[in-house]
Amino acid sequence: MDIKELVPQKLKEQFNEIDFKVTEYLDELTIKLPKEHIVKVCEFLKKDSDLEFSLCLDITAIDWAKRKNRFTVVYHIYSFKNNFRLRLKADVDESDCAIDTVSSVWKGANWQERETYDMYGIKFNDHPDLRRMYMPEDFEYHPLRKDFPLMGIPGSIPLPKK
Amino acid sequence: MDSDLKEVHPKIIQALLDADSDITVEDALENEMVLNMGPQHPATHGVLRLVLRLDGETIVACVPELGYLHRGYEKLAENISYYEFIPHTDRLDYISPMANNVAWVLAVEKLAGLEAPPRAQYIRMMVAELARITSHLVAIGSFAMDVGAMTVFLWTLREREKVMDIWDILCGARFTNSYTRIGGVANDVSSEALAAIKLFIDQFDDNLTECEKLINTNRIFVERVDGVGVISKDEAIDLGFSGPNLRASGVEYDIRRAQPYLKYDQVDFKIPIYTEGDCLARYFVRVDEMRESAKIVRQVLEKMPEGETILNKPKKVLPRKTEVYSKMEELIHDFMIVNFGINPPAGEIYHSIEGSKGELGFYLVSKGDGHPWKCKIRSPSFNNIQSLPKLVVGQIVSDVVAIVGSIDPIMGEADK
Repeated sequence: MDIKELVPQKLKEQFNEIDFKVTEYLDELTIKLPKEHIVKVCEFLKKDSDLEFSLCLDITAIDWAKRKNRFTVVYHIYSFKNNFRLRLKADVDESDCAIDTVSSVWKGANWQERETYDMYGIKFNDHPDLRRMYMPEDFEYHPLRKDFPLMGIPGSIPLPKK
Repeated sequence: MDSDLKEVHPKIIQALLDADSDITVEDALENEMVLNMGPQHPATHGVLRLVLRLDGETIVACVPELGYLHRGYEKLAENISYYEFIPHTDRLDYISPMANNVAWVLAVEKLAGLEAPPRAQYIRMMVAELARITSHLVAIGSFAMDVGAMTVFLWTLREREKVMDIWDILCGARFTNSYTRIGGVANDVSSEALAAIKLFIDQFDDNLTECEKLINTNRIFVERVDGVGVISKDEAIDLGFSGPNLRASGVEYDIRRAQPYLKYDQVDFKIPIYTEGDCLARYFVRVDEMRESAKIVRQVLEKMPEGETILNKPKKVLPRKTEVYSKMEELIHDFMIVNFGINPPAGEIYHSIEGSKGELGFYLVSKGDGHPWKCKIRSPSFNNIQSLPKLVVGQIVSDVVAIVGSIDPIMGEADK
């Protein structure tokens, strides 16, 4: 069976109660799911012997600015066994700006989640080391949010004291 | 190197204390200290800062600090057109700018539904492989220099200099090339450039062997790096390794083979694999890869077809400057593309290539505008550095330098 059909089918068999939205664009499979289920779905995708998505390529987020669910957290995972790349998505609203961490599933997700937290201000629950990745620790803003101006905010990064 | 607790942010100290430290070292000294390495340390390959917690000379915990070269390229990409971002990709992995150029235009072309003419694809392949050669030459040279073999650095940089000269003939720039264009390449390869590439490739194997002779039998080098910084196959995958580092741990994963882009399915090359997963294996993988890259370039020179080097698609691809100055239609298209961009259809794509350091990918989200709504750079160095704490814990301070050199991080790429 084609892997593009196998992944959604397996997920639906395993998690009957979750509402998966499966889309395909330019030969890339995207599966959208509610954010509460992200960890167990990821765990299943990694552990299942037919799928084995063992490499977490990338985690990032999209800021949709004016939409109701303002952020979408995007995961790119890869399966060596099937030579297949899958994209997972979960919406996060600004009022409850947090999602569970998947760093327990893939260790490599640790820094990528830190980067997403730094750039978008999305908190990752139970993350082992949720510090900022690039910006100084006492920086107040999240630069990749759409309401952060391109030129920066003057005075937001104070010069070091002599 | 200098140890000063006051300059280290309390959160970093906390992270150091929280890190797993249940290593057992025989007759461990009970004098712990925090050592700050970098960001201005010659052996950290850029502005990488490592905060180390030591027990005597043994490393108990390590916390890398990034962000000293953070220029916000992802933010910038959201505010400029797809064309305008090409020069910025040069500054990501600044040791192999050509490969980044290729990665970016391939991602944009996938998003916009374009495909470059065959000759342009072969040229891109050639420059990407030459970029890999330069990158690995620098990696090996600086790695050897870090552990004390100075001569190798001078010899490998001499080889790299020849490629720089080729870039100069090819596109007019030695370092920040910006050679590729959406839909093709900036200009065709001149016969002069082809001759220079051929000459370089013909001599390359012998010259590389010379460099190799300096270190392969050098006990100071080999014993310093053999068995140091070992990472197993499963851990390497778990931590998100890619590229030569992953292949040194025994994983046969190369995007050129797994998901061929350009014309990589038309050329014959091997994927070097080593299973030791230590610093020495990572060095061997790079040397073998350079030979394979040279092989690919040789095949490209044979197989490269004649023809156009840029797509004729007026609404998406910038016309040649000579035509802009002489034809009305071209002038209008040029104006429209420069001012409003190429407006790829709304959608999202992820495209990655096998860059010199590993999987270099771009995740682009378009809303149908001239600039991307979201651009995420999946940089290999970022993910490779993440494994540093795992690699250095339990080793001694002087091994840190060797391990950092062997995983070959480029901070321009890691910090974006």
